[in-house]
Parts: sequence; C-alpha cells; structure tokens
Amino acid sequence: MYTFSNRLKIASIILMAVGLIGITYGFITMPGTVQEAKNIVASNSGDHHGDEEAGVEAHASDSHAEAGHDSKHDEHLLHKLQNKPWSALYVAALFFFLIALGVLAFYAIQRAAQAGWSPLLFRVMEGITAYLLPGGIIVFAILLASVAHMNHLFVWMDSEVVANDKLLQGKAGYLNGTFFLIRAAIFIGGWVFYRTISRKLSLAQDEADDNTNFVKNFRWSAGFLVFYLVSESIMSWDWIMSVDPHWFSTLFGWYVFASMIVSGITVIAMVTIYLKSKGYLEDVNDSHIHDLGKFMFGFSIFWTYLWFAQFMLIWYANIPEEVTYFVTRIQDYNLPFFGMVALNFVFPLLLLMNSDFKRMNWFIIMTGIVILTGHYFDFYTMIMPATVGDQWSVGVSEISSVLFFLGLFIFVVFRALTTAPLQPKRNPFIGESKHFHY
Amino acid sequence: MASKVIHAFYNDDDILMLAVKKVKAAKHHIEEVYCPFPVHGLDKAMGLAPTRIAITSFMYGCVGLIVSIVMMNYIMIEDWPQDIGGKPSFSYLENMPAFVPIMFELTVFFAAHLMVITFYMRSRLWPFKEAENPDVRTTDDLFLMEIEIHDNEEELKSLLADTGAVEINISEK
Repeated sequence: MYTFSNRLKIASIILMAVGLIGITYGFITMPGTVQEAKNIVASNSGDHHGDEEAGVEAHASDSHAEAGHDSKHDEHLLHKLQNKPWSALYVAALFFFLIALGVLAFYAIQRAAQAGWSPLLFRVMEGITAYLLPGGIIVFAILLASVAHMNHLFVWMDSEVVANDKLLQGKAGYLNGTFFLIRAAIFIGGWVFYRTISRKLSLAQDEADDNTNFVKNFRWSAGFLVFYLVSESIMSWDWIMSVDPHWFSTLFGWYVFASMIVSGITVIAMVTIYLKSKGYLEDVNDSHIHDLGKFMFGFSIFWTYLWFAQFMLIWYANIPEEVTYFVTRIQDYNLPFFGMVALNFVFPLLLLMNSDFKRMNWFIIMTGIVILTGHYFDFYTMIMPATVGDQWSVGVSEISSVLFFLGLFIFVVFRALTTAPLQPKRNPFIGESKHFHY
Repeated sequence: MASKVIHAFYNDDDILMLAVKKVKAAKHHIEEVYCPFPVHGLDKAMGLAPTRIAITSFMYGCVGLIVSIVMMNYIMIEDWPQDIGGKPSFSYLENMPAFVPIMFELTVFFAAHLMVITFYMRSRLWPFKEAENPDVRTTDDLFLMEIEIHDNEEELKSLLADTGAVEINISEK
C-alpha cells in the first residue's frame, strides 16, 4: 500500500492555497468599467500590447471615425480584460481535466488491447483518473457560469451578439446554453461512469477466484472507447472550438485528442517514476519506462502531424472565413503559437529518439516537463485568442490557475493511490507484465 | 590456409542458447552461428557488439532533409521566384508549409534507402552472391555453431557433446 507522504501533501496544499490567492487577485483586479480597462492598457503601453492597441485604434479611426464605433471598441476591450482571469482559470481547469481524460482513454486502450506490459501500471492510471470527478465538476461549473452570463468566454451565449449575427443564428440549434450543458453533463457523466465501473471491476478482480471481472472490464473498456471517440470529438467542438463560433475545422477533435493523450501518457510516466523512486512499484523496470517513452515520442509526432495538417490545409487554401483563426494566432500569439511546436515536436523528437535515453528516468522527467508545458500552451493558444485577443499575457492569473489545479491534481491523484494496493493481484497478464523486458 | 573447424548441430533454439553460454564460459571463440530464424537474445549471449545502423539512418535522414531544403530553396525561391497562385515566394520561411510534405518524404526516403543499402554492404548481400551456409539444413530446421580448432579437437568435441549437440562434424575451411 502507498502512503501519501506528508511533504507531498503539504506541497499540494500550499500550491492550492497560493493558486487560490492568485486567482482571487486576478478577479479583484479585473476592470469593472471601460475607463478602468483603458487605464490598464495605457499603463502597459511600454510593452508590445500597447503598440498593437495603438495600431488597432489608428485603424479604427481611419475607416470608421464615428463615436459609436469607438465606444463599441472600448467595450470590447473591457470584455477582453474581464475575460482574462476567467480564461486563465478555464484553460488550466481544462488542461488538467483533459490529462485525466487522456489517461482514461489510454487505460481503456490498454485493457481493450489486452496489453501484456501495462497491467503493472493500471493502479497508477486508475489513481490519475480519480481526478476526473472533481476536475469534471469544476469544468462543468465554469461552463455553467458562462451560460449564466457571469463571463464572456463564449460569444455565442450573448443573445445581443446572436441577434446581430446571421451565422450564429444558423448555429443556434446546436449552440444554445441548455443543449450545451446537457451535452457536457452526459459526457462528463459517461466518462466518470466508466471510470467508476472499471475501477470497481479492477479491484474485484484482485479478490475473485475466476476471471469474470477481467472479462467484464474488457467489454466495458471496448464499449467506452466507442463512446469516448464520439463524445471526445463533440466535447472539443463544444468546449474549445465554440469559443471561435465562426470558425470550424473537421479534424479538430483528433487534434485535441492527440494533445490530451500525449499529456496523459507523460503524466503516467512521471507518476510511475516518482512512485518507483520512493520504493513502491518494485516490479516496474526500465523497459516499462522505455515503453511509456516510446508512446510519448510517438504521440508527440502524431500531435504535430495533426497540428500541421490543420494549419497547412488552411494556410494553403487561404479561404478568408477559415484563415482568420491562424491570422490572429500568428499576429498576436507568435511566440506561444510557434514556441509550442518546438516544445511539443522538436524537443521530444530529438530527446526521445535514442533508445538508451528512454530508459533514463531523469530524461523522461525532463522531457515530460517540456511536453506538459508545450501542451499547456497548446490549450492556451486554442482558447485565449478568442476570449482575450491581443490582451494576453502569462501573468498572475495564468500562473496561479496552473498552480491551483496542479496542487488539486496532485492531492486528488496521490490520495486515490493510497486507497488500493499499487500492484494488481490476479490480473491474468500480471505475470507477463512483471517479466516484461524489451 | 587449411584450418579446421568444428560444426556442432542443434535442433532447438533453447538448447543452442545454453550451448552458446557454456562455450563462452569455457572461453572458446565462436566463429559463427547459423540459424533458420532469428533467435531472441543470441547476439547478447554471443557477446556481439550492438548495431549502429540506427545511427547511420539518423544521419542519412539529416542529409535528406538538407537536400530537400537546399533543392527547393534554390528552385522555388532563388532561381525563379514566380507567383504561383499567390503563394509567397519571397523567402523560404514564408512558403515553408508548402515544402514540408517534400521535406518529410525526402528525409524518410534517404533514411530508409541508404540504411538498407548500408545493411546490404555491411552484411555483404547482393544478387548472384554465392550462398555461404555450410549445411543446407541450417535454413530449414537445424542450428549450427562453428568453432575453429587449435589442436584441441577432442576437448571441443566432448564439450559440445555435453551441450546437447545432435551431430558434430569436423571440416576443412
């Protein structure tokens, strides 16, 4: 049995406390009026945002020099600044929730594929997916707050905007608050449901004297993967793509999936290495780590493939209604947008190519940190351009949101790890997994 | 040079593995082992150095990448920068996404083909090459271990007989 070390528990609580203070600070300093918003931008005029703001204003006065448009622009600026703490919270909540969801998908794949190497890691994966329930509740609460008009994350939820927008009216059958929340509830419920069932069967298999629980778990996992594939795709349209409701991309669901599964596998590897370094998981050897490293490597390249496939098709055809998505990202988010490709592709490609490197724990940890940072910025550049636009920064709100959810994630995951033995007792493949050697 | 070698035949890869370990423990140099299929771990048991073919492949891939970049930069950007459907041919970076499929394919092409050719050259394989197997049965169901004899014929014979060899031959090489 694993015992949650006090130092880690205190560290996670400190992370949560510091994060919470930072998040509160972000909401308190959020501008309430147009004048405050203008002052914030004016005080930042030394940096690059100020320059861009000046450019936008110049453009506005060039083409439509009417007072009405100016005030509209100012109000838009206010909304962007008001969205900042909300977006920071939403990106971090989504990032950590999708890590747990990626782990759940990987876990179901391992079960459905009857993999012989991974049963030793099943308890680690089950521990990580314990975050699904609290994480899902928080994400749902943020979505609920959006539908309740507490923020402007989703522009299609603003009835005034919809009234003046033919495109959004056409999509209102799908993009409306009630249906949106029902879908979210069904998806989160379905994922948590599979996780609960599978965990229960996995624990029951330890005490059983036949393999019925294992077979049942196999069937549930295969069924879940079908549900997951559909729900994950719709989830990515709902929660991520719909912040840009004028834009659409067909491979977006796959792209989000690649991002979450590579982060999930990275977290499995990191938690496994941590537990092994503490003397738990004795039977895990460097071949298991090597396999996880291969998955990190392979899925990093898969992510890049999808990122590039989406980017290149839109860049090449250059159809105005699609290309605005990347125009705003390249103009306003140049460093995070291209920087994350370096972090998510070039680093893992060069660092994890060598077979010997994939067996070194510190190497996997270092690469894992790079990959997780990269994928945080992946979600960052998916959400932020639509919600805060050119007013982005990585400041107090963003960092403390990440710290808060990191603390919560560590707390939930490692507490869940203490509730069951870290090694499944009579999984039919456990012997193979113990002697796994590559 | 008329050196004599001893050929020990085995009919099971597990027995062969044990035999290889025993012969290595007795400090005899194993000239060659002929198998009808790859035996997992045989190279480790024989103490063969790991292959470096993956490293050559990586370097060939880098060459392919450079070739593709230099080629397209010269053709599309420097030599005749035409406006083709509005694509920005002002600099390589501006038009790079359009070149990536070719960069990728040439990298893979160079890495794969040059590595295969390296493998053929290094293991001396080519059409019309004379086959080198000392006994035709080694391509079907027998494993053969070849050890050179240095005036220790009887000792080697008894050692190999102990390891479960089904047949032991002495032949001139």
